[in-house]
Amino acid sequence: MTTLTDPPKESFRLSMLINDTRYRSLTFQAIAAVALALAIWYLGNNLIQNLRAAGLNISLNFMSDPAGYDINQRLIEYDSQSSHARAALVGILNTLLVAFLACITATIFGVVAGVLRLSNNWLVSKVMAFYVEIFRNIPVLIWILIIYTIMTAVMPGPREFRGDNATSSMVLDLFAFTNRGIYVPMPFFENGLFGNATLNWVLVLLVACGSWYATRTVNQRAANIQADTGVRPKTLWINLAIWLVPFIALMFIMGLAWEVPALKGFNFKGGIKIGGPLIALWFALSIYTGAFIAENVRAGIQAVSKGQTEAAAALGLRANRVMNLVVLPQALRVIIPPLISNYLNITKNTSLAILVGYADITATLGGITLNQTGRAIECVLLMMLFYLSASLLISMLMNIYNSSVKLKER
Amino acid sequence: MKKSVVFGALTVAGLAAGAAAAGTLDDVKARGKLNCGVTTGLVGFAAPDANGEWMGFDVGVCRAVAAAVLGDPKAVEFVPTTGKTRFTALASGEIDMLARNTTWTFSRDVDLKFTFVGVNYYDGQGFMVPKELGVSSAKELDGATVCIQTGTTTELNLADFFRSNNISYEPVPIETNAEAQQQYLAGACDVYTTDASGLAATRATFEDPSAHVLLPEIISKEPLGPLVRHGDDNWGDVVRWSLNALITAEELGVTSANIGEMAAGTNNPEINRLLGTEGNLGEMLGLSADWGKNAVMAGGNYGELFEGNIGESTPIGLARGLNAQWTDGGLIYSPPFR
Amino acid sequence: MSDSQNNSVAFVATEVIPQSPPPARETGVVKWLRENLFSSVTNGILTLVALYLIYQVLSAILPWIFNGIWTTNSLAECRDILQGKTGACFSVLTERWHQLIYGFKYPSDGYWRPNLALVLMLVAIAPVLFFDLPRKLLIFTALYPFVAFWLIWGGTILAPLVALVGFVVAGAFFQVFGRSSFALGFFGGIVIALIVWTVGGLLIPEGASDNALLPAVPSRDLGGFMLNLMLGVTCVSLSIPLGIALALGRQSDMPLIKGICVVFIEFIRGVPLITLLFVASVMLAYFFPPESTVDLFLRVVIMITMFSAAYIAEVIRGGLAALPKGQYEAADSLGLDYPQAMRLIILPQALKISIPGIVNVAVGLFKDTTLVSVISMFDLVGMIRGPILASTEWNGVYWELFGFAALLFFVVCYGISQYSQWLERKLHKGH
Repeated sequence: MTTLTDPPKESFRLSMLINDTRYRSLTFQAIAAVALALAIWYLGNNLIQNLRAAGLNISLNFMSDPAGYDINQRLIEYDSQSSHARAALVGILNTLLVAFLACITATIFGVVAGVLRLSNNWLVSKVMAFYVEIFRNIPVLIWILIIYTIMTAVMPGPREFRGDNATSSMVLDLFAFTNRGIYVPMPFFENGLFGNATLNWVLVLLVACGSWYATRTVNQRAANIQADTGVRPKTLWINLAIWLVPFIALMFIMGLAWEVPALKGFNFKGGIKIGGPLIALWFALSIYTGAFIAENVRAGIQAVSKGQTEAAAALGLRANRVMNLVVLPQALRVIIPPLISNYLNITKNTSLAILVGYADITATLGGITLNQTGRAIECVLLMMLFYLSASLLISMLMNIYNSSVKLKER
Repeated sequence: MKKSVVFGALTVAGLAAGAAAAGTLDDVKARGKLNCGVTTGLVGFAAPDANGEWMGFDVGVCRAVAAAVLGDPKAVEFVPTTGKTRFTALASGEIDMLARNTTWTFSRDVDLKFTFVGVNYYDGQGFMVPKELGVSSAKELDGATVCIQTGTTTELNLADFFRSNNISYEPVPIETNAEAQQQYLAGACDVYTTDASGLAATRATFEDPSAHVLLPEIISKEPLGPLVRHGDDNWGDVVRWSLNALITAEELGVTSANIGEMAAGTNNPEINRLLGTEGNLGEMLGLSADWGKNAVMAGGNYGELFEGNIGESTPIGLARGLNAQWTDGGLIYSPPFR
Repeated sequence: MSDSQNNSVAFVATEVIPQSPPPARETGVVKWLRENLFSSVTNGILTLVALYLIYQVLSAILPWIFNGIWTTNSLAECRDILQGKTGACFSVLTERWHQLIYGFKYPSDGYWRPNLALVLMLVAIAPVLFFDLPRKLLIFTALYPFVAFWLIWGGTILAPLVALVGFVVAGAFFQVFGRSSFALGFFGGIVIALIVWTVGGLLIPEGASDNALLPAVPSRDLGGFMLNLMLGVTCVSLSIPLGIALALGRQSDMPLIKGICVVFIEFIRGVPLITLLFVASVMLAYFFPPESTVDLFLRVVIMITMFSAAYIAEVIRGGLAALPKGQYEAADSLGLDYPQAMRLIILPQALKISIPGIVNVAVGLFKDTTLVSVISMFDLVGMIRGPILASTEWNGVYWELFGFAALLFFVVCYGISQYSQWLERKLHKGH
């Protein structure tokens, strides 16, 4: 043990490596480094020996071979002659799509259920408590299976729409709800300004952006006038006009029309199809995670001190404005960090898509590609790499948002 | 069983197993158990019954090999594998052989380094549709939604078939047979496709099997057979000739009923060689002389296994078809025992 | 006004008016209804909507349950009896309950073994969960893993004994040498335990399990809800020490150790459990020595333990961060070194406040054990999706089976989360 009273002529002794705090951390780190290197060497060596014994090798060349299978849900061009890499990309986009949709709806479910659970209506708060408890305490896997079964067994098949005595019919003759998915009418332009449909939609988007910018300027001006004179000029009609006039004009010029789905052959054709597996997975993840978000929302609202509510009430605000203007903005700071981890959970839980036949990355790269090529190590590693980068990206974005709403302290 | 030094207590606890590097045959003999990979459940081929006993046609092959090697058809550990896990399980030595509906293809044989020791069932991919759709040929399926049970080469055959006939379809890949069936019966897909044997097995479990038809097209060749790792030829021979013993036994009329008297010696030298009363075939394989007799006694000869598990008298009701003996116009053919 | 009190005025009542009952709308059921269900128009509408929903759900489910059939041998027989009426076919539960609970291979004359292990587990876990119980019970908790292993897997009793001896020897070594130098005691203990296990493993004769008191059950034969419980309990208990180590490592000021811990935790938390299970089922086999194979159960336990350790480490890190800085400084000023400060001052407090968080992780992990059904293990969900739905008799029975699985999980998880809430309230009062 070295103490201050020791003579200063200290020379280095071996025992100081363990007993002297200055060197001890170096010793431990050296041990850790050696242990880590040994572990990596051991595992790597086993891997190499096993692969050699089995006559296999590690290579990503298979990713450029034709995949040979078809995918029903795809956001980009893909057919069975495309490469395994493209199949993986289709899977990645599908994963991101369902994760994005589920995050939005889960937030809606969660906020509604969380607020209603605190409602002074006894029945409603009990119903919401039941919802939260039953979804939180049963595995998401079972929920996905149950909801998928509901989706396929309870919804009518296209067959039941057929014939003179059909047992099902389309809602308003526009929407078809079947167990293969939901079909909704698709807008399209009869005489678009461009030959390409995408360009026409880009034009619509541009017009919308323009309107948004214009209304922002109008509101800014109104705010300035209000600051100067104390009277806010009426902007409602101007804003409405800015939004509607160019939009309606554009639609009129390009000839907006709707393609309504109709039963042709085996399936409904036309319109936009939202596939059954997508709906089942989307709904299951949203309602499951919604229960968790509801608890976060409730905790966040309860964390806002009662004095805030009472102060707001004393100012004469009505209940809904108290909630919107005073309580929720403050509760948000408590809600957002757990919300981020719930979003991450949704992204990770999309990997259960394999249960409903939804073609996410686990089903394409980690499913059929792995099945057919037998390249287990490569496929699993690539899959983990994707999930890891997606998680890191989401948590980074959400942390930026979080720091922007955080309480600014002096 | 050789205890691996690395795992000490784990090995004793049965959570890890050491394997002598000498060869699979020696491992199996030392272990006293055959580890055989099967499906997680396909009625008729391999599925546990209500008492937890594995039953089926593939299971019969496993039991025959166990009987040939160890003299006990019960000395099998059945390892359920999915389409994903089966190849790793075999390559890493977790299982000694894989008797699961696995199609013999070039890339599996050559690229994945497995040895297919033979074919125990000649299958082909078929389609099942509800009768009310009025479809009589797979070429009329333009625009249909197709449920696929993933796992064998199903997805690839399907894509090739529809592509070459220039018709469109919507694939719905499903992991297990039970879920694919649920989808199909609920009308979430118009067609169910998998190996024809699997379709027949599935249709047999329906409430009203006659409301569904199998389409005449068989769009692929699916030779299903047991496989082992590349490089251990001795073990490959054991599995190959155990399967051949079952086939030859049927051809020569040796059944589990008459095998007792046949084993006493017959006038047919090939039967004698098969049952070990003549020659030393068992010794050449590194097995006991009566290995062939044990293999046949395990569950009967090839024909008996077929009839008992998937034949016309069972709910699955498959005809022999391609899987008849070559003498009856089928493809089942064993090289001679000499 | 007070001085005019004595003046009697004609119109001032002199006797007390007898109490009359409160108006009907302010008492009993009516008042309760008015205040809790119909306090405003919006609330009234919400109430009616909720009532309608409840009616819809109940009218669909109740007849189904009450018409349920419990005694047939197949779905077809159920359909015959029901004759098209709505009704459940619960016979699948009565006929296959043992498969749902224990898996299809566990020897049926040995069902008492996991049952006993479960009961003992409740005893063993009680002193951990309830602080008021006598601390002596913790000795049983420490012995429990070995008892449970022997009960469930059976085989020779020597295997758990060797494992136990390894721990005892390591503990004794730490007691003796750990006082002078923590590092020596700690690492020496690990080495000694490894030696004991290896030597002990080699000393046990081959075939010791063949004629053991309890017949050996290979872990492949475990299944059903028992498998979920076992995976959950094993992995959570193994991951707590690992999680503590990771949390301390992440707080450490040694850059290398901190780096390893951060990378490990963030990596595990960034990927879904199912990919880790794929690793266990299709990849991990390649990383073990070529001449050996490791049981799928053990491989899955390794991966799930790593998974939950990363999450528990984050919970404990929160607990460590929540401790006031004064506690660390007080420990330093007493002259305690790092291991002593952690063991005597910091961890006991940090762990206590982390317990609710750990329990939440445990519940989540227990639910996630159902994912093993995707890699061909026959847990509760795996049994349903595999052998039972694939069998000829029960093909097509979904709601009864999924409902049963959901019910089992709900009972266990709701129970645990109620405990966690109780504990949170209790800890809250303590401050």
